[in-house]
Amino acid sequence: MLTGLTLTEARAGLAARSFSARELAKAHLDAIARLNPALNAYITVLPEETVLAQADAADARYAAGTAGLMDGLPIGIKDLFCTKDIRTTAASPILADFVPPYESTVTARLLKEGAVFLGKTNLDEFAMGSANTSSAFGATTSPWRRTDAPDVALVPGGSSGGSSAAVAAGLALAATGTDTGGSIRQPAAYCGIVGLKPTYGRCSRWGVIAYASSLDQAGPMTRSVTDAGLMLEAMAGFDERDSTSASRPVPAFHKAVGKSVKGLRVGIPTEYRAPGLPEDVLAMWEQGIAWLREAGCEVVDVSLPHTRYGLTSYYIIAPAECSSNLARYDGIRFGKRVDAPSLDAVYEASRAAGFGPEVRSRILMGTYVLSAGYYDAYYLKAQKVRTLIRRDFEQAFETVDVLLTPTAPSAAFAQGENQNDPVQMYLNDIFTVPASLAGIPGLSVPVGLNGAGLPLGLQVLGRHFDEETVLSVGGALEAAAGFAHRPTLHAGAGA
Amino acid sequence: MSLDLATTRRIAKLARIGLEDAELEATTQKLNSILGWIDQLAEVNVDGVPPMVGTETEALRQREDVVNDGNCRDALLACAPETAGPFYTVPKVVE
Repeated sequence: MLTGLTLTEARAGLAARSFSARELAKAHLDAIARLNPALNAYITVLPEETVLAQADAADARYAAGTAGLMDGLPIGIKDLFCTKDIRTTAASPILADFVPPYESTVTARLLKEGAVFLGKTNLDEFAMGSANTSSAFGATTSPWRRTDAPDVALVPGGSSGGSSAAVAAGLALAATGTDTGGSIRQPAAYCGIVGLKPTYGRCSRWGVIAYASSLDQAGPMTRSVTDAGLMLEAMAGFDERDSTSASRPVPAFHKAVGKSVKGLRVGIPTEYRAPGLPEDVLAMWEQGIAWLREAGCEVVDVSLPHTRYGLTSYYIIAPAECSSNLARYDGIRFGKRVDAPSLDAVYEASRAAGFGPEVRSRILMGTYVLSAGYYDAYYLKAQKVRTLIRRDFEQAFETVDVLLTPTAPSAAFAQGENQNDPVQMYLNDIFTVPASLAGIPGLSVPVGLNGAGLPLGLQVLGRHFDEETVLSVGGALEAAAGFAHRPTLHAGAGA
Repeated sequence: MSLDLATTRRIAKLARIGLEDAELEATTQKLNSILGWIDQLAEVNVDGVPPMVGTETEALRQREDVVNDGNCRDALLACAPETAGPFYTVPKVVE
């Protein structure tokens, strides 16, 4: 089944000429035609001739022996990455017809390594959400179903929910995601795939539509930990056009997977044993701890005392940066314009019509916490708390090599659930946000199913720029878990 | 701290987001429910703690003061919903 392969398997098959890049691309286009109407994982599917032309070029490079890291591998691109001459919407009405005249650095690197783009995947509007329900192009539906309620449509997580659904269902071998407070890791966990948020600065932000710039980071969403390493190698690297890009060499990340984890010290943050954490999540966490012990790790309890303030400071800092970043959508230079008698009225009408409710409230919240009289009480305070959260991690990493936590406090929930109480929705990110604030790398690995047949993920956090140890530990979890479950809807199921 | 309708109206004005009077109440309520939760930050002692600005993994770089991008006026103008020749258009601002 060509749509069920890992990147690594597909690349080996292409190199051995067991199948062609054209066959691989065609199989995916067929799967998309069959399943995307039900899942809505793609906002834009590229025309068949465009996709097959990329695949043919890849086949030619294999024949010539010049194939790149990602050559001929069909992937989805989150519709937050600007792609030259391909509509890029951020799932927002204001960018519904935006066709960028340039290519983001990350997608340019993937193209340079030969990747075949299938289309642009769905997301929460401007990547603001945890359920992929705020997209102007309709919600993405998870390919998974609860065994006890098979008719209930579930969320794929968010904001990279189109990417996670596409990879889980066989509509792409892998996909790009972006993570500001958990938007790669949480949807990966909900859909039973691997998601890696690299260290802040690893992947260039240039050409990625900005949400909260001190937190936004691109990363791979894949079917295996090795694949995550491979794809990160293609995506990462210094870029002078991003002032926060890390000027460090890019290691051969995929080689870290399979390396022995014997003797590594794994920290279990006691504050993450939040009251009310469901039994199945706790049990999976204990299982993960047991697996790492068996693999020779030393497991110790650590304390991250400011954990509970992570979410609250995030929901000051992220909206503040969002209100500033999204000021550029004025209806004049690009995007939707609503005409009105005065310039201010054009701005107000264009932005009222162009942004959905969640984006509008985050802009308003951000404007408020930055406004005169409130800046010190909210924004400055949150930045200081962010320092404390970062110090918590740095202190923990003086005694341990990685941290192990659940990725999310539950399995996927139903569409429409958690919609009325914004705070309830924000709590989905409780375990992912602190690492985003500190800028450290985090990996979600699928490790098992809960009682209702839904995937659960564990999160491995590491030191700044130590993705390799994170990948080694993730690889050990993956090997022990042997997660081979498929969602109800997938390309191989003959839906 | 909590918002009243007048403050929400003022923020919306600052953010240049047109809010109908009918939306004002619901928006205020939503923001207040988030602010009520955020207020728990008040209990954290941050005496002597410096703010974390950005993620502090890279120092700011300098580069040669040369044009390294550009010459793409038409491509950029093509993104605009309305143009007149090589210009963006806006409603008249000066009488």
